[in-house]
Amino acid sequence: MTPLPKTALLDAPPHVITVGAGLLDEALRAQAVRTTPVDWRPPLPGTAEALATVLADPRRQAANERAVGRLLSARPHLTGVRRASEVLPAGTFLHAGPPITWERASGPMRGALVGAMLLEGLAGDEHEAADRLAAGAVELRPCHEHAAVGPMAGVVSPSMWLFEVDDAEHGGTAYCSLNEGLGRVLRYGAYGPQVLERLRWMDEVLGPALAGALRRTGPIDLRALMAQALQMGDELHNRNRAATSLLLRVLAPALVETAAEHAAAVLRFIDGNDHFFLNAGMAAAKVSADAARDEPGSSLVVAMARNGTDFGVQVSGLGGRWFTGPAGVPDGLYLGSYGPGDANPDIGDSTITETAGLGGFAMAAAPAIVRFVGGEVADAVRATRSMYEITLAEHPAYQIPALGFRGTPVGIDVTLVARTGLLPVVNTGIAGRVAGTGQVGAGLVEPPVEAFTSVLLTLAESVSDQF
Amino acid sequence: MSDTPAAVVVRRGAYHDSVALMRVSRALSGLPGVEAAMVAMGTELNVTILRELGFTVPEAGPGDLLVAVRAHDPGAAVEEAERQLATAHRPQAAAREQPPRTTRSAAAAADAGLVLVSTPGEYAFLEAYDAVEAGLPVMIFSDGVPVERERQLKELAEARDVLVMGPDCGTAVIAGAGLGFANVLTPGPAGVVAASGTGAQQVTCLLDRAGVGVSHVLGVGGRDLSAEVGGLSTMRALRMLDDDPATELIVLVSKPPAPEVARAVRELPLRTPVVPAMLREGGPDLTEAAEQALRLLGRPVPEWPSWPAWHRARPAAERIRGVYSGGTLATEAALITGSRDIVDYGDDAYTRGRAHPMIDPTLRVEALAAAAETDVVLMDVVLGHGADPDPAASLAHAVARTPATVVVALIGTDGDPQDLHRQAAAFREAGAAVFTSNAQAARHARSLL
Repeated sequence: MTPLPKTALLDAPPHVITVGAGLLDEALRAQAVRTTPVDWRPPLPGTAEALATVLADPRRQAANERAVGRLLSARPHLTGVRRASEVLPAGTFLHAGPPITWERASGPMRGALVGAMLLEGLAGDEHEAADRLAAGAVELRPCHEHAAVGPMAGVVSPSMWLFEVDDAEHGGTAYCSLNEGLGRVLRYGAYGPQVLERLRWMDEVLGPALAGALRRTGPIDLRALMAQALQMGDELHNRNRAATSLLLRVLAPALVETAAEHAAAVLRFIDGNDHFFLNAGMAAAKVSADAARDEPGSSLVVAMARNGTDFGVQVSGLGGRWFTGPAGVPDGLYLGSYGPGDANPDIGDSTITETAGLGGFAMAAAPAIVRFVGGEVADAVRATRSMYEITLAEHPAYQIPALGFRGTPVGIDVTLVARTGLLPVVNTGIAGRVAGTGQVGAGLVEPPVEAFTSVLLTLAESVSDQF
Repeated sequence: MSDTPAAVVVRRGAYHDSVALMRVSRALSGLPGVEAAMVAMGTELNVTILRELGFTVPEAGPGDLLVAVRAHDPGAAVEEAERQLATAHRPQAAAREQPPRTTRSAAAAADAGLVLVSTPGEYAFLEAYDAVEAGLPVMIFSDGVPVERERQLKELAEARDVLVMGPDCGTAVIAGAGLGFANVLTPGPAGVVAASGTGAQQVTCLLDRAGVGVSHVLGVGGRDLSAEVGGLSTMRALRMLDDDPATELIVLVSKPPAPEVARAVRELPLRTPVVPAMLREGGPDLTEAAEQALRLLGRPVPEWPSWPAWHRARPAAERIRGVYSGGTLATEAALITGSRDIVDYGDDAYTRGRAHPMIDPTLRVEALAAAAETDVVLMDVVLGHGADPDPAASLAHAVARTPATVVVALIGTDGDPQDLHRQAAAFREAGAAVFTSNAQAARHARSLL
């Protein structure tokens, strides 16, 4: 326990934090006593008793300090890329979000799974692929169960390549697929010929070229790179332009040296996709959040993920258990003639960025994309500021220039979510509802309240079991 | 019932604190064309009151806001209520700076020295726990906190070396700053540790009247000296005052403590003399405790001011009805008069979802109206910060109209914002006898039987 300063309560009229009736705050101000009023509101309905139990759990504070301490001190490094066939169990595809069956899978999730079947040569056409998936020919497991994350549908099949990110501080490893680019892509549920052709090129050219280049560069310090990108206007979820540029700068000479015949094509591919870095950043966030896992009594969120049907949450104190609620439809801006009616419910593991204090939580760092949060820079600042209310810490490396280089809000505490009713601000891309459509927009999405309240109620039960 | 049209609107999940709601209710009732108005959270008590007022109340829970009006144009009155609530709710802090949403975040951002919690009781533990965890002393004005939670909080406070005042701590004065219901006191040598807010107010107001100032009043909450809580806050507060150079004498105001707790408190090695003010059958009352403190400080004991009632012929009085806002004052009245009809309207049962009777006179006005000609109504009127800015405005009017004989214990100092002498005059003009000592008021009431 950290030693606390000895209070000298009786020495002078105190500066008083007031919480509750405004009249008592006014009575103090009438006496010229300094006050800081709390803008208090009752917690989420039905949580008061569980909140008291969890707050009074003697393990909680230290457990949260340890868990968030590891989240903050993680030092993710990009160490290589690997073909998924080296990591995946046989006969298994990974997908985004909490566990899902083919029956409950949404359009884009089905589309991506169909695409993976075609890519792997496990079906001759989309109908056969769908039939075989419905029959359970392939086992579907969440990325999160295999130290991985995947944006949007997050489908990983054996011939896809993965970024490998190691935590130099705690020794963990996390994986994330390579980003295909924008528009019609597998992760948004598209599986047309050009989608599959691109994936084959990524398998045959991009993957091996990156592997060679990364052997040449040695581990790339992603913590330092992401800290720089935040200062260059990225929030590292919906804007990755700066981070992609920074990564490209490191990779370019190594690519030229190790894969001269493909270097131009590879560099052009990376340059053509502002989100190329997103997947490496997600793996960095994943390896950091995983370092915070399995601290009994901790109410720290270690994963938020969506599969297009359910939004799932995991906390440090409750192991690998998922707590879910229905995935919401994002509110955002649409490409071309698409509109809200074309949008699929929220999908993807990219909420790992918000889990690690980036994305929506770092919105104030990215004035270029404030239209996602209401249009004004002030809205972006407000979004980030409100997240300090539900997080346990401020990141020592990931800082926001516009807030006086204050660290990003990091480490969502479910007790604070329930007490304030403030849900995590989540930036996201929007997938088309119909399999094969691809991306239709980008925006903000509100996680379901029940995912957080059910975590809290279960944590409270775990306290009672303990004593 | 009146033929004036009525409306009850439910706003699900809209929270406002009970004092803000009372203000809106009051402002609405004063509007032309409005016969009755009540804006309140849908607690059982409030729903019952609304039904008694003749409103048809739709299904609502304690988390829902009810706007009930009987007016010539109920729609317009409801709109006005919504408008007032919208402006009442915004804190005055600059809109750009987002105010903190929990005590935890306020404590992290502000260089504060104390937290004052007055949320509804079922949530007070969360905010108080934040305070103690951040190493800050806390005063919990709220009541209705379970005793096990109080114990947990005070055990953590021991580990963090901070004082927990409360729960149900109505009064504290720290280096001249009055918290909760607090009188304006001259600084001086007497320190007070109080398990009872109104008990402390009575003792300090009498000391102040006798020219003896007060250093600090540290509340500890009504259950602190019970066996369950073990006097943890009382012992800490006593040690703090013992170490305080401004304090020469300590008055300990409480109900009789659990025997093992009394022993632990007695065994504390203190250099400063302690005068107990503990109400029990046959023991000294609060006024006598204040007098003992004066003698120990070598100060003369004055006559406590009182103003007799204007003579009015009344039928023989048959019983004493206590209509109190202060729990300890009510207990003292019961001990002295022996009456079983002493009601403390500040008790949990009457404050769920509504403001304390020191702020909201409604229930006591109703009680005065319901008293009989053969009753002696014995009541307290407590002045000071936090209390009704003009209690006579509503209560003296009710005193004038009640057929009962009324005796008022007026607890306050010359420095209080309500103007003690103006208040005394108003109650006296309304026909009441007025005393500054509650014990003397109670004896006077008994003498009228």
